[in-house]
Amino acid sequence: MKITQHTTDTTLTLALNGELDASSSVLLDTELSKPEILRTQKVLIDCQQLNYISSAGLGVFISHLQTFQDANVKLVFFNMQEKVRNVFEILGLDSLMTIVPSEAEATAV
Amino acid sequence: MKQVIRISCNRRNLKVVRDFVSDYLAGQHLSEVLVNQLVLAVDEVVANFIIHANAEDERQFLDVRIDVRDHEFGFEIEDGAPSSYSPGSYQEPDLREFVRVGKKGGVGMMLVNRIMDRVEYSTTGEHTVCRLYKSLT
Repeated sequence: MKITQHTTDTTLTLALNGELDASSSVLLDTELSKPEILRTQKVLIDCQQLNYISSAGLGVFISHLQTFQDANVKLVFFNMQEKVRNVFEILGLDSLMTIVPSEAEATAV
Repeated sequence: MKQVIRISCNRRNLKVVRDFVSDYLAGQHLSEVLVNQLVLAVDEVVANFIIHANAEDERQFLDVRIDVRDHEFGFEIEDGAPSSYSPGSYQEPDLREFVRVGKKGGVGMMLVNRIMDRVEYSTTGEHTVCRLYKSLT
């Protein structure tokens, strides 16, 4: 798993590249746990190169969602492959989290 | 046709198991979404055995077997040790509550149970076996 960051005044974009499982999810958890993330308005997760996600990866997002909401930080996923989106849908997480098709739509949220 | 792989209980081997399962399924003319679901179900059970049942003790081994019979996929994950996991105690978690309290784990078996047609656990002597079944029809 490789995570590439891009920051603007209001937005942090994390581009995930690889497979997010019980072995690699610690890296993502470290990124989302940084205190400065709560000072941004929006966290965009670019999933174009995310080829796989297991419950460990989902758990990282689930565990931070309430903290983000309490701090008025929007968490938005975009460019998600169908097989990865399907995993969110199996659990109904697509109704608890914001998933949009493109970066343009993610920026507009 | 039966395929078998043995791995030590290190979470780095999750990728090895996923590649083993996906390589096998690649020749089965399944959709990418279904292949991913089956790989995920096996990955979740193997992760539970590695991390929770064996505390990542690399001296311990798991055997993963794949079998297709009568239009049904069977995945068998055998742990060399008796598992403390009790499927009888499984209850579907409340995800909204998980979000509220910031819970990090606990949705793996929810995925497995929703993906597979049948999930069976058995313990014989020192061995615990989890069997996952998915019909192709």
